[in-house]
Amino acid sequence: MQSCRYELPLSRPKVGVQGVTGSWRVRRPVLERSRCIGCGLCWLYCPDSVIDVEEEGGKFRVSIDYTYCKGCGICSSVCPTKAITMVEEV
Amino acid sequence: MRITLTGNYCVAYAVKLARVKVVSAYPITPQTTIVEKISEMVDEGEADIRMIRVESEHSALSAVYGAASAGVRSFTATSSHGLLYMHEMVWWVAQARIPLVMAVVTRTIGPPWNIWTDHHDIMDQRDTGWLIAMAENNQEVLDETIKLFKITEDPEVFLPGIIGLDAFVLSHTVEPVDVPDQDTVDSFLPERRQPYVIRAGDPLIMGNIPSDLVRNARMRWDVHLGLRNAEVVIERVDREWGKLTGRYYGGLTECYRCEDSKYIMVGIGSWVGDMRIAVDSLRDEGYPVGLLKLRYVRPFPARRVYEVVKGSRGVVVFDRSISAGSAGPLFLDLASHIHAMRLGVPVKNVVAGLAGVDVGYKDFENIVKRFVEEVEGEGWVREFLEFYPGR
Amino acid sequence: MDVPLTIRELPREKYVLPGHAACPGCPEAIGLRYVGMALGRRAILVIPAGCTSIIQGLSPGSGLAFPIINVAFASSDAVAAGVSAAKEVLGEDAVVVVWAGDGATSDIGFATLSGAAERGDNIIHVCVDNEAYMNTGIQRSSQTPRGAWTTTTWRGKAEPKKNMPLIMLSHGVPYVATASVAYPLDFIEKLRKAVTIRGFKYIHLHAPCPVGWRFDPSETVEIARLAIETGMWILFEAEGGRVTISPPSRPYMDKSRRKPIIEYLKRQGRFRNITEELVRELEREVDEYWNMLIKLSSQ
Repeated sequence: MQSCRYELPLSRPKVGVQGVTGSWRVRRPVLERSRCIGCGLCWLYCPDSVIDVEEEGGKFRVSIDYTYCKGCGICSSVCPTKAITMVEEV
Repeated sequence: MRITLTGNYCVAYAVKLARVKVVSAYPITPQTTIVEKISEMVDEGEADIRMIRVESEHSALSAVYGAASAGVRSFTATSSHGLLYMHEMVWWVAQARIPLVMAVVTRTIGPPWNIWTDHHDIMDQRDTGWLIAMAENNQEVLDETIKLFKITEDPEVFLPGIIGLDAFVLSHTVEPVDVPDQDTVDSFLPERRQPYVIRAGDPLIMGNIPSDLVRNARMRWDVHLGLRNAEVVIERVDREWGKLTGRYYGGLTECYRCEDSKYIMVGIGSWVGDMRIAVDSLRDEGYPVGLLKLRYVRPFPARRVYEVVKGSRGVVVFDRSISAGSAGPLFLDLASHIHAMRLGVPVKNVVAGLAGVDVGYKDFENIVKRFVEEVEGEGWVREFLEFYPGR
Repeated sequence: MDVPLTIRELPREKYVLPGHAACPGCPEAIGLRYVGMALGRRAILVIPAGCTSIIQGLSPGSGLAFPIINVAFASSDAVAAGVSAAKEVLGEDAVVVVWAGDGATSDIGFATLSGAAERGDNIIHVCVDNEAYMNTGIQRSSQTPRGAWTTTTWRGKAEPKKNMPLIMLSHGVPYVATASVAYPLDFIEKLRKAVTIRGFKYIHLHAPCPVGWRFDPSETVEIARLAIETGMWILFEAEGGRVTISPPSRPYMDKSRRKPIIEYLKRQGRFRNITEELVRELEREVDEYWNMLIKLSSQ
């Protein structure tokens, strides 16, 4: 990353910098699409940027990245229609 | 331009000539007139510098560290308690490898409150990774401050540097100096270089926790290597300056009548001027004494010292501070380095001039005479560490 | 009258990357996402010691995709002042943001903060306030509320929470605001407004911490919202000293609409042993602060 002859305390952005944080989970968010109204609040509040949204017919289509999801449950808590439930990881 | 200036004003002129862009100002006697002069230059339109009038020395170094990390040549000045207050940031700047120049007007440390000179404040920084230069007179203050910008910004170095000048003896004493013109300095100092710049749009992160401790260890060792590699750069830059101005200082050290001497005095800072006079008097009286002036404390010029003292019968190192519980820091460096190079010359440590006690050429003459007689008589020094409280 | 921001208009570039080191449910990570949405590529972050130092994860990687200078604990605003000055000298566009916890802001870095504010350095200071020294394991700070358990106040903190927004108002800086992780659009709008103002800007972001406050990680946003609904945290902004209560807090100017503060306190394990007397005392303090702000706002 640098051409300096000396070792420098520098870093660059990296997805998964702390490893596969999905392994931290004890419960996982499960999305029931029929209940989802595409408001995007789950995306808005997720601390780990593991929820992605795509515009689809004026609403958001939600997807969850389980590789890094820590299972905090905020998405479930803020969902206005309870479309996301937290399920115990086995 | 030949004019008379105090040491502090010499620093201010050097900062202006080096085209420094950001200066943080916090007062502490006897450094204050440096930042006051720079402030005045800015307000008079003589210098294009952003002044940040910080509320503490910790912030003084933090602010110029921020400016330097963001890509501009920056400077601040401090002394004594101010230097101690920013000590954590002194380490931070060096380990972040950000080139920066700071003037330290050497002043003792309290309690009791005392504004006079000794070297405790500057010596307290010797582990940090900064280059540390000590000036003998105001001309050297001016010249070395300018040179330090070039040295610290050299890719072989990329470390911050301190220019030390003794409180009141240099800082507030007027001497005639040659101030180079802007064109001369512009031809000498290239555009600023640094190992990295923090800028918007470029997600570079400095300083988060390392995954590999060995890499971190290597960073620390690399700071040491940077200082070692600085020796060649210091020498080269001094020679360049010599060609440009006619003033070459000898690089890391200056040998005054030490080529044909049997006994060597070693010292740093303003009292080296007094040591020169003492050498001449002692020679007149038949004592074969020479002076090894260390211009840099860090990097410690071990090889130079070895070359000079290897043929001698005895070395007396004058320290203007003490590493309490051990000995004077210059002595500790010198004795261990020459021992590492297998030299068995008797070395004596005289700790003097503490708390601003004045030590003049007569004192040096007396001390060195006793030293020479002791070694001639007994072959070694009776007491390796002597405290010279003053007359 | 500005058109209010909607979720759809928010940029989706990730400045907080999946797989960072924050605890599950961390409000600092949430807040940083909003900084990214508000400021994007213009931001340079100066981060003193605190949780976010760790959230970045291990070098040579970083879980945050901003340019960042990590700095010593007490130094952040001074470093930021230097960065800001340098960028002006160079003519480079940048928004310099200090992202500092409550410790770095109101305790060890207090003098540094005050100095930068008084000088009017052109920076934004965001205090991400989780109300204790969380990174070192939940020790009390001046931002810890009265009655809260921490590892250095096992029977609950005796002293009240030091009022930083009021202190910054007294500095006479051009922009002071409070924010909450429960109200992202409000926070983002405040950040974007701060960018348009030259000088020192202060935003105090309330950030409930599941680990230190003792609640389930899923409840971070809910707790932050309860703070607003009980009136224990008030969203306002002050431009040039003129206070305006922000829309999410406006209903609660009316005391009868504020939920009893016990609704907020009982959800957090750190208030488990709080006495009724202390709850009444806290209720009184909330009312007094509201009265003062309403007077200041003349709304």
